[in-house]
Amino acid sequence: MPSVLPLGDPAPADGLLDAQAAVGAAERPFSLYIHVPYCTVRCGYCDFNTYTATELGGGASQAEYAGTALGELDFAAGVLERSGLPAREVSTVFFGGGTPTLLDAAELGGLLGRARELWGLAEGAEVTTEANPETVSPESLARLAEAGFTRVSFGMQSAVPHVLKVLDRVHRPERVPQVVEWARAAGLNVSLDLIYGTPGESLADWERSLDAALACEPDHLSAYALIIEDGTKLAAQIRRGEVPDVDDDDHADKYEHAEARLSAGGLQWYEVSNWARTADQECRHNLAYWRGSDWWGIGPGAHSHVGGVRWWNVKHPRAYAQRLATGVSPAAGKEVLDDGARYVEDVLLRVRLAEGLPTATLRAEGRAAVAGLIADGLIDAKAAFAGSVRLSLRGRLLADAVVRRLLPD
Amino acid sequence: MARTAPVPAATDPALIRNFCIIAHIDHGKSTLADRMLQLTGVVQSRDMKAQYLDRMDIERERGITIKSQAVRMPWELDGTSYALNMIDTPGHVDFTYEVSRSLAACEGAVLLVDAAQGIEAQTLANLYLAMENDLTIIPVLNKIDLPAAQPEKYAAELAGLIGGDPEDVLLVSGKTGVGVEGLLDKIVRELPAPVGDPDAPARAMIFDSVYDTYRGVVTYVRVVDGKLSPRERIQMMSTKASHELLEIGVSSPEPEPTRGLGVGEVGYLITGVKDVRQSKVGDTVTNLAKPATEALGGYADPKPMVFSGLYPLDGTDYPVLREALDKLKLNDAALVYEPETSAALGFGFRVGFLGLLHLEIVRERLEREFNLDLISTAPNVVYEVTLEDKSTAIVTNPSEFPTGKIHEVREPMVAATILAPNEFVGAIMELCQSRRGQMRGMDYLSEDRVELRYWVPMAEIVFDFFDTLKSKTRGYASLDWKPDGDQVADLVKVDILLQGETVDAFSAITHRDKAYAYGVMMTSKLRELIPRQQFEVPIQAAIGARIIARENIRAIRKDVLAKCYGGDISRKRKLLEKQKEGKKRMKMVGRVEVPQEAFIAALSNDENTGKDKAKK
Repeated sequence: MPSVLPLGDPAPADGLLDAQAAVGAAERPFSLYIHVPYCTVRCGYCDFNTYTATELGGGASQAEYAGTALGELDFAAGVLERSGLPAREVSTVFFGGGTPTLLDAAELGGLLGRARELWGLAEGAEVTTEANPETVSPESLARLAEAGFTRVSFGMQSAVPHVLKVLDRVHRPERVPQVVEWARAAGLNVSLDLIYGTPGESLADWERSLDAALACEPDHLSAYALIIEDGTKLAAQIRRGEVPDVDDDDHADKYEHAEARLSAGGLQWYEVSNWARTADQECRHNLAYWRGSDWWGIGPGAHSHVGGVRWWNVKHPRAYAQRLATGVSPAAGKEVLDDGARYVEDVLLRVRLAEGLPTATLRAEGRAAVAGLIADGLIDAKAAFAGSVRLSLRGRLLADAVVRRLLPD
Repeated sequence: MARTAPVPAATDPALIRNFCIIAHIDHGKSTLADRMLQLTGVVQSRDMKAQYLDRMDIERERGITIKSQAVRMPWELDGTSYALNMIDTPGHVDFTYEVSRSLAACEGAVLLVDAAQGIEAQTLANLYLAMENDLTIIPVLNKIDLPAAQPEKYAAELAGLIGGDPEDVLLVSGKTGVGVEGLLDKIVRELPAPVGDPDAPARAMIFDSVYDTYRGVVTYVRVVDGKLSPRERIQMMSTKASHELLEIGVSSPEPEPTRGLGVGEVGYLITGVKDVRQSKVGDTVTNLAKPATEALGGYADPKPMVFSGLYPLDGTDYPVLREALDKLKLNDAALVYEPETSAALGFGFRVGFLGLLHLEIVRERLEREFNLDLISTAPNVVYEVTLEDKSTAIVTNPSEFPTGKIHEVREPMVAATILAPNEFVGAIMELCQSRRGQMRGMDYLSEDRVELRYWVPMAEIVFDFFDTLKSKTRGYASLDWKPDGDQVADLVKVDILLQGETVDAFSAITHRDKAYAYGVMMTSKLRELIPRQQFEVPIQAAIGARIIARENIRAIRKDVLAKCYGGDISRKRKLLEKQKEGKKRMKMVGRVEVPQEAFIAALSNDENTGKDKAKK
């Protein structure tokens, strides 16, 4: 999550949700996100809410964190019940960070176990954790699988040492195939994360990373253009001229290369930055975000969304722990989306999906824009005639422009 | 200070002295005037504010006088009380006509020159104007308190210009007041008293008119013959319009109604009219019942020299702009405008100005007093185009330049005078030549100061000429110019096209030799200013159908945030809303979205400031 929280309305101390949260909830899947705000090193590009000190104190230290997060799980179950939400099993769980695997597999398993106790896990539930290649072992991966995890997403980022160095990633490239093999041996599905467009990365470097990733035969792959966020070390380095700035044309070239290599390697895009080997291996947790489902985000700075009610927790682990310790909701603010805002979010999220946005859900000005988008080669004509707005390759690179054209002025 | 000041309307012309102060912009005219107001006792020290007479904020901020004023001050010499009328004159070349009318209202002029800088070109021009009007000149060096003052050197220069002895040049300091009493004495002693026929039909010359929100138009006059009295009906001789004289009086310096104004007197009239156009500078006021047969000479209609399109940034401000111009017009007889539509900029006005300073002042007043945000197109002069079929067109807007077979194009010319130390003569000649100037003559004012005279196309001089001149002469050169005929020239219209569509706001009329440079400059400027679009955008400069320069804005290839997860959605939605807002501020040229900032930046010529602004 971005380190700057949105401006919203004040959130109630008891955490109770607005009435609209419960409307139609029985029809929507429910997911859990669990944030682990610790890293051993802060990467130069990262603006996520994460801390490298293990001793933050006051229930916020790394060793105490699992206990604190368990508290929010209990709190969540209470709030949902008191807010009139129906009992729903959890369909996906995602542990992100930070570096979730800095917690012991037993602690991660414990958090998952508490969710199971509180809500139950749906049949075939997807349970993912992010992991840095340096923080796992064959044993830890096996214990995660045993605890019910089904999927691990490794932060590979690049296979090229000088690129990893600019990114401040501490792992050795050759570690990746090894951890993938261990994960697979443990029975886990494997996803790899790549970053392209890092300052100093050549097109050949990027192809090397793509090839190295494909050689691991992952079930799923995410490739993100490097975004320079304000306040990061990398932003400062660029401002001072120590490293070159990122370039949109370079990003576009590399995206096109990624699409070519990945599809040739048997991976299909299903979202602008995500590819999967089969439809089953698409990340259902992320799809839940993009389809506007309900999720509760556990942890400092985590965002939640239930039926158009969105809130976000206080950012600092200590403040977060103190709130929970005194029985006060950790939410820092919230927003209740009206129809207009929900429509905007629906369009901007679902357009990014390969399954497309049904034209029937578009309002008049959006339907009127479809012909122009076809003419400009931004969306697929055949899909449009079949009733959905589906981005072409060019459209994927210009998705934000497509969204602006579909939405009212 | 006088013990018994002469009473207005009953003052013997022999006791009246009418004078003005001719000075370069920051040679200290207003400060000297302030001292005179204090010494003569018309303004008490405690009421004194710097530059008392400059009414408009803009005047006070820029330290320049746009509108002239007249103040009646008593002064006693050798036991006799005199009435001195000080007529303030505008200090800028844009307002030469107003200066000439102010001079015509006087018998004498104080030639005020900075003792550290010497005479400047505009002062010299106004001095010549005063000498043509047979004014008695009192040469004065100001700022003698400055360490850098060189009174001997510049006294010799002044003596050389007007004839006489360097010893006769008065040395004063408006700042400390040294020498100002002596100057007032000298004004009484040396300037001739006004002469007129008190029994003839009234004739009074208008040398200024000002719109006042509460009183309507206040007209400043100098009575030549006869007498004007309250409640009588007066007539404007140029228009034959008649008005009742509601109030007549003198400024000293606040308005004081009087029983009238007699021969040689200077004062103001109020008739209740609401528009300064009904009270034109240079016109003659007479008595309706007993009208004069012959008007005083020298009247001319103000003629706009420079035109520019003014457009509100926000199209919905168009009615506000119209109202604002209507209001400014009440106080500015030289301001002309008519509605104009630009495909790129929407609805606006083509506005005519006396010069660039006038343009800037009007624009600044519109923005400041009426809270408008404006885009102004590049200013242009007025061209006369004759087609092959001998029909002619007057072109005040490049986009109206005829497209048919052109026989000839005439452009307005100016006679320019440049004063500078002789070491810069080469640089100045080079500059004038590059601006298509023809040398008319050159004189040495003193051993090391030169006057150069050139005949130059107005279009070459009104925009950045002065700033270039200043930078080439390390600030030492000064410039004056006045319109002087026209000439046939090889002029062409350069159009700028975005994706094949002409952007009317960027069209310009230039000499054929400079068309290419303009085309290259504009296309490369626009390439930097216009953001990349979803398609490639060619930017071309063309003369007719012939392309003379081309740049390309490459199509944008990536416009997508790579990552979008649960914690990002709010931020992404807000970003999108912001982008949508931003899009509303875009102007569409065909399919190309051009940010308003690009128009402003492309149209702003960083150097096109007024002649004297850079000095302040």
